[in-house]
Amino acid sequence: MLKIVKTEWKLFLREPSMVVFAVLFPTVLLLVLGAIPALRTPDPTFGDLRFIDAYVSSLVVIALAFLGLNKLPTTVASYREKGVLRRFSTTPVHPARLLVAQVLVNVIAGVISIVLLMVVCWAVFDIDLPHHPLGFLVTCLLGLLSLSALGLLVAAWAPNARSAGGWATVVFMLVMFFGGAYLPRFLLPDFLNVIGEYLPPGVGALQESWLGVAPDPAHLGVLALVTLVAGTVAAKSFRWE
Amino acid sequence: MAIIEVVDLVKTYDRKVAVDGVSFTVDEGEIFGILGPNGAGKTTTVECVEGLHTPDGGTIRVDGLDPRRDRAELRARLGVQLQQSELPDRIRVGEALDLYASFYRDPADWRELLARLGLADRAKTEYRKLSGGQKQRVSIALALIGKPKVAVLDELTTGLDPQARRDTWDLVEQIRDAGVTVVLVTHFMEEAERLCDRIALIDAGRLVAVDSPAGLVSRVDGEQRVRFRPAAPLDVALLTELPEVSHVERHGPQLVVTGTGNLLHAVTSVLARNQIVAADLRIEQAGLDDAFIRLTGRKLTE
Repeated sequence: MLKIVKTEWKLFLREPSMVVFAVLFPTVLLLVLGAIPALRTPDPTFGDLRFIDAYVSSLVVIALAFLGLNKLPTTVASYREKGVLRRFSTTPVHPARLLVAQVLVNVIAGVISIVLLMVVCWAVFDIDLPHHPLGFLVTCLLGLLSLSALGLLVAAWAPNARSAGGWATVVFMLVMFFGGAYLPRFLLPDFLNVIGEYLPPGVGALQESWLGVAPDPAHLGVLALVTLVAGTVAAKSFRWE
Repeated sequence: MAIIEVVDLVKTYDRKVAVDGVSFTVDEGEIFGILGPNGAGKTTTVECVEGLHTPDGGTIRVDGLDPRRDRAELRARLGVQLQQSELPDRIRVGEALDLYASFYRDPADWRELLARLGLADRAKTEYRKLSGGQKQRVSIALALIGKPKVAVLDELTTGLDPQARRDTWDLVEQIRDAGVTVVLVTHFMEEAERLCDRIALIDAGRLVAVDSPAGLVSRVDGEQRVRFRPAAPLDVALLTELPEVSHVERHGPQLVVTGTGNLLHAVTSVLARNQIVAADLRIEQAGLDDAFIRLTGRKLTE
């Protein structure tokens, strides 16, 4: 199993576009936004926070959503299309291991991406880091797992790699919208914000842990439930060829 | 001794019968061919043997194992080269072999295997940069990495140029000589004739015959064809009335005379008596294609 993860990790590193988007993009976006003076000046409309302070949680959403809803379903669907999964099923190792390895690679990439973002937040912009690190970590992990489960569900149901890409993009857009990646969340109407708090990857819990309180178990519970349900349905309905 | 036994195999897809009561046995140490036109049910048959499909009827034993019930154990003893199955673009050949080797209890040394397959200098090459023939050899390497007792090779040489095809044939013989039983799925007559100890002819989901290539040919033995272009008009009746001739066909300017016995002598005598020169004269012995036509009533490649 370790060898499969290691191999998949190497393959991930060899796809420059994947690495750039999943690992570097959120940090680069922060640097670009932070280079604009207006966005790093405290503003009373944001409750005397700077735009970049408020936007960091959205950058975390971008990183997690890309890994779970773009990289994962397109890779898995193309593995099925090319017969990579089928070839696995002729060996003593079940092809499900390859999917598990993909999710683990996502977790590693996600951790690196977010740590990098945090380091730049702290070192360059003096942005407050999460005050409840454990809660933040658990939320990120559950958030990524729930998005990965949704990504696998898309891969399970899409007839081919191209439509997997298309369907995943729709879910990706929704997650990004509710997660405040397009418009900062304080600009969204209240009812959308409430929905967004509960949807994967759990913006509500991310913000709570950022502000220093332990994440609401209800938020985490929803993420765990999505992971469990989507993961189970994906596993049951997955077509290996 | 039989290492594979297939009895009355039936497999249906959406009410279409793909394999209809096929039975055969494969002996240990032989190259066993499964030959038939595209869509005849060859791949479905071997994929049932590999345990990738559940048969709708019949029984299969591979080295004493039931492919569905004993999946895990079967996969350790059976090496499979799938039709149309690729690897991730950016995986290096050496990495792929190293990874697949880790799936087996007692794998072959993959460096040695690569050297045997003429890929020693490709270990660090990414899969997407390989030629078609090299990809096919990697595929064979993956089928052999677990030191299988049986290797199933499906449409091994499709899409290869003639030189790569001949190299691959040599390779298959080496595999057999190393003690591995080979099941070879093909629609190439020449390939089956050259490599196989025995052949199962399959057509429209049914088994037509199982025999050695020579055995199959002998079913239409004695039949030969003389092909030539008469330099002057020739009354075909002069040929058809000969006892040696069974029938005459006209292909444009060419005549194809089919018959038995001393056919060539009989035909050339008629031509000589009528002072007609036969240009481009060729004589053809019956081969596997003729056996296939005789046994199924149609040509293999249609």
